[in-house]
Amino acid sequence: MLDSGTGWRTGGRPEVDRWRLYVRGTILGYKRSKSNQYPNTSLIQIEGVTTKEEVAWYAGKRMAYIYKDKVKKNSSHYRCIWGKVTRPHGNSGVIRAKFKSNLPPKSMGDRVRVFMYPSNI
Amino acid sequence: MAAKRKTPVKTRNPDLIRGVGKYSRSKMYHKRGLWAIKAKNGGAFPRHDPKPKAPAAAEKPPKFYPAEDVKKPLLNKRKPKPTKLRASITPGTVLILLAGRFMGKRVVFLKQLTSGLLLVTGPFKINGVPLRRVNQSYVIATSTKVDISGVIVDKFDDKYFAKEVEKRKKKTEGEFFEAEKEDKKKLPEDKKEDQKAVDASLIKSIEGVPDLKAYLAARFSLKSGMKPHELVF
Repeated sequence: MLDSGTGWRTGGRPEVDRWRLYVRGTILGYKRSKSNQYPNTSLIQIEGVTTKEEVAWYAGKRMAYIYKDKVKKNSSHYRCIWGKVTRPHGNSGVIRAKFKSNLPPKSMGDRVRVFMYPSNI
Repeated sequence: MAAKRKTPVKTRNPDLIRGVGKYSRSKMYHKRGLWAIKAKNGGAFPRHDPKPKAPAAAEKPPKFYPAEDVKKPLLNKRKPKPTKLRASITPGTVLILLAGRFMGKRVVFLKQLTSGLLLVTGPFKINGVPLRRVNQSYVIATSTKVDISGVIVDKFDDKYFAKEVEKRKKKTEGEFFEAEKEDKKKLPEDKKEDQKAVDASLIKSIEGVPDLKAYLAARFSLKSGMKPHELVF
């Protein structure tokens, strides 16, 4: 994991290709029963997490759903909805998450970033 | 009251059962040494007369009484303590910053400030992180430790990092339309000196350990297949 070289590319970008300090997650949908869904809680599948016990590490971690829009807000096309991991969902590593405002339905299947903070290590 | 004790006294009269002490009243009189206090005072228990109070200034009756009783807010005597430092974070620990401008950088922990924030330095020469405050929750503590004994950190506290209050100049009509003179915020020289002083001894101890300098210069990043919940930092 040691970088050789200066660490920076020309143009100010860091040399490493990926600068990820978040874990990738997929938005599966809303918390639901067969015929009713509850959009205030979303279900997220975090990469590499397959059991309920592994989810314990992620409890409380903050997440961000980042999306683009045509209209510029705060001088950027990118927008963000913040949320956090609340609890595991089932036995297989899916988690429930609550966001500041409910995730839009178009986000199903999209990427979500699960950060490593607030950290407890 | 007599002078306060540093450690609270264990009760001299242990309970046999709740409500029943081991020693009788007369035994306790003897144990507490009341006989000695009396003897010192010539046979009677010492009596402290209340000091004569200074005469209170004559109070005028208030001109205005509120229609209903005004409630006094309860006194708040709470003194906030700095956040509890995690056991894994000790002076000299290498921390990984998780968010902010320097996210991913590996950084040396110096001390916890009274506000609870952690004082941290790159060192600046190695990875460009200056003396900075960081919240404990936005940091991962690694098991790598740096020898920090040569570093003097006493002069740094939260006030050192406070923002400088800028004096607002009153603008006249004409000046509004003039081009604003932007003063470039230069880092004051004494802060640069402080950084160098702290880093000097740090860099020496870092260079003593093989690979540590390159380790601090490199940034942390999650790669494909890395699962944070399985990583040991």
